[in-house]
This record gives sequence, C-alpha cells and structure tokens, in this order.
Amino acid sequence: MPSTDTGAEHGNALPILNEIRHALARLIESGETTVIDLGALPLGPQDEAELFAALGEGEVEATIHAGGPSSVRETAFHGVWLLTHRNEAGETLARFIEVAFVPELLMSQAEDVADSAAALAKKLKPAQNGRTLK
Amino acid sequence: MAFDEPTIAEILRRQGISRRGFLKFCATTASLMALPPSMVPAIAAALEKARRPSVIWLSFQECTGCTESLTRSHTPSIEGLILEQISLDYHHTLQAASGEAAEAAREAAMRENHGKYLLVVDGSIPMGNAGYSTIAGVSNLDMLKETAAGAAAVIAVGSCAAYGGLPAALPNPTGAVPVSAIIKDKPVMNVPGCPPIPVVITGVLAHFLTFAALPELDDHGRPKVFYGESIHDRCYRRPFYDQGKFAETFDDEGARKGWCLFKLGCKGPVTYNACATTKWNQGVSFPIQSGHGCIGCSEPGFWDMGPLYKPLSMPIAPVQMMVGAAAAGGAIAGAAMAMRNRAAKKSAQAAHQKVTVEDLEKAK
Repeated sequence: MPSTDTGAEHGNALPILNEIRHALARLIESGETTVIDLGALPLGPQDEAELFAALGEGEVEATIHAGGPSSVRETAFHGVWLLTHRNEAGETLARFIEVAFVPELLMSQAEDVADSAAALAKKLKPAQNGRTLK
Repeated sequence: MAFDEPTIAEILRRQGISRRGFLKFCATTASLMALPPSMVPAIAAALEKARRPSVIWLSFQECTGCTESLTRSHTPSIEGLILEQISLDYHHTLQAASGEAAEAAREAAMRENHGKYLLVVDGSIPMGNAGYSTIAGVSNLDMLKETAAGAAAVIAVGSCAAYGGLPAALPNPTGAVPVSAIIKDKPVMNVPGCPPIPVVITGVLAHFLTFAALPELDDHGRPKVFYGESIHDRCYRRPFYDQGKFAETFDDEGARKGWCLFKLGCKGPVTYNACATTKWNQGVSFPIQSGHGCIGCSEPGFWDMGPLYKPLSMPIAPVQMMVGAAAAGGAIAGAAMAMRNRAAKKSAQAAHQKVTVEDLEKAK
C-alpha cells in the first residue's frame, strides 16, 4: 500500500519547538540540560521535516565512532543539538534533541581518560629505554 | 547464570567499547525500553552489575511470526542479543541443536539456572486433545508447567500466548488458552501483538536484563511503558480527528491528504500499543502512516472483535450478542452462530454480481 501522505500539516512539530524553548530558558537560568527522545513522540513524515527545517543547521558537526557512528549536530539555535545514534550496519537506533552547552557524549569520559593515561604511560616506557615509538 | 560470569559492562569493555560507547548503549537502551532519557544514569548503574540471564523460549500453537519479528530487531540486533546480552539456551527455531540434543540443552539450562532463568513463550496451549501440539512427544501443557516451575518470570510473547490469539478465535477447535490461564504462581507478563513490534520484544528482554525484574504492568498484564497509551492518543493524525477531518474511502481526497481513518474502521482508539511512536521496520512507518487503519491486534480477542472496516461507532450488536450467548450457552449458541454464518454466506453469494466479459467491454 503506498504512503498516502502528501504534505498535510499535522502540527505535531510546534509543541516540540515550544518544549525546546522552555528547555533553553532552563539551561540559561540554572544550567540544567534537557534530553528529548524523538522516538517517544508522535511524528508524521511532514512533522519531522517541519521540525528539522525549523531547527536549521548550526556551526558544529561531529561524528562519534563508538558501537557504530553517532552524528552530533548543533542546530541553528545555539545550545540545541540533534543526536542520531546508529549501529555498525548504519541503522538508526535512536534520535535525541539535547539542550546543553556541550552534549554529554562529546565530552571525554573520566574512565576513558584514566585508561588513556595508563595506556600512554605504557607506550612511553619502552621508548624511554631507548626504543622508538611506533 | 553463574556469578563468576562477567557483567554486561565488563563484556562490552572486553570488546573494546569505551565508556562513551557504553553511555551510548545506555541511551539507546533507555529509548528502546521507552524510558525517559533522565533514566540513563540508573540504567548505566544497573548494567554495571547485570549478568547475562539464561533464556528459554518455548513455541506452542503459533505461526513463528513472533520469532520472525524478533529476528528483525535492530536494537539490539538478534546476534547482539543472543551472543552478548542474554544466553538463549533453548529456542527450537533459532538453535543449532535439534532432537534430543536440543531437549538436553533445555533441561541443562533449567537445572543450572533453577529459579533464575527467564521463560519466553509464544503460541497458545491446547487444552483439548494434547495431540494438537507436541514437542519431542511432550504435550504443550506439560512442557509449559515443567519449564515454568523453575523460571524467575514468564513472558508471553504475541497475542496467542497472551490471550489465546488466532487458535482461540471462535469456535476455538483446540480449546486454546493463554499462558496466564495455566501459570498462576509466577509473574507472567503479556507482550501482545500479531506480531509484537521487534524492538518491543527486545525492549522487555532488555528491561529484565537491566533491572532483573519485569516492568510495571497494566490490567491485561502488559508493560505500561509500551502499552500505556492508545494508538489514537499517540497518532500523528490525531489532530485531524479533533478537527473532524476523515477519509471516507481509501482513495478519496481525505485519504490522499492523510486524514483520520476512524470512519474506515481504525481500531486505534481502543488499541494499546507502541506502533504510533516506535513504528516498524526501524522506525520507517506503521499501518496508519501507510494509509490503513489499526486492526487492534494487541487487544484481547481481536479476531472476534467485529469487522475490520466498520467504524468503532457503528454497532456490531449481532456478533456481540452471539459471542455473549456462546459464552453462556455453549454448544447451542455455537451451532446458532454456525447457522448464522452459513446464512450470511448464502446471502453474500446471492448478492454477488458476477462481472462478465460483456460488462467489461461495455465499460470501455
């Protein structure tokens, strides 16, 4: 059965945009971040297009390679980020709007930093004994 | 589930997954379990301690559609689920072993994980002649009772295991009953749908894996996170219902404009499921988005709920009265139903206009 949607406006994007507006106010006032799971909201095809068109493109774009690629993109509104998590086969797992100064996943995690410090120290040890680094 | 086994977090770490990757896994798991993103730290903390549960999957009177659905889950993938997150010790469609070796695997899993394993059932159980459905010569009833005895919890996947489904539809020739009609001393969770959404099946498994308990259930034993709201309330076409804009046929202007399908028999207002938000085929679409009303497949007794294309507001009294009478009067009403069906078939045949070659030529 073909899709019957031909661009009708359902108006489901507007409430999300207002939710983002409130989230931005909270971020400025108290630094509180907000995460909105787009998979939990009723969105028709036009609603999605309308939402993404309204949010536009911003200055930052990053890809995280961890258990499949995740794209992190700032929208035209500073502090409003769109995160798309994919698995190794490139299938979309989840999409979030994160209202934050920096999305949490972009920051290096303390556990990983500790691992890296140990790994670098290990790598340097033979070099200090006169061997070359690979 | 031996306690020297690594936790889920340790397994991921051994695979070289960073903390960042683990947090991504937790975020997508939260979305999968239909939990708010604010739950991610709690999920991360729980997965730090979670160990792979042993899962035994029994298939009774079913069409394998639920397993087909399960294998289409992309989050977590079926490979990921089986190899990394759960220990699927028995599933006669998916396991490599067969015959006596398969049954030995089930018995070993039951013995080693007594009181801790998760039992998943798809299909209904025939209470009439046991010969309607057996596995390795054991009746479905006996196998269910024996396997449920040592289970921590039972998950009835699909409308057949949850409510009896198609096998239990009138006149229910095999005397089919759901899991909950037999197992009374264990927590039983229903995950109905014909079939259930792939990620809803893996979502409830992920919930058990993460929190070692079943999620909160509604009056029909369904997890509220996925079945808490009606299709209608979460439908992106709902604004059209509120505005009184309806498709009257499947090819009119309203249908083309994507208006509400209520008048074409959509059962969205009385159906509780996650299709409208989780959607199917990796979130591509769901029946209403493809232009067809919801048929209510996750509701009890949906096969006998009345015509698919009649609006909910139209009375289906004759059928309902007969169903009520059948429950009260048994065989007599059943025979009346059969007579009524025969009469309906006859009148349909009489009213059927045959199209001839001449008719088609006239229409040119």
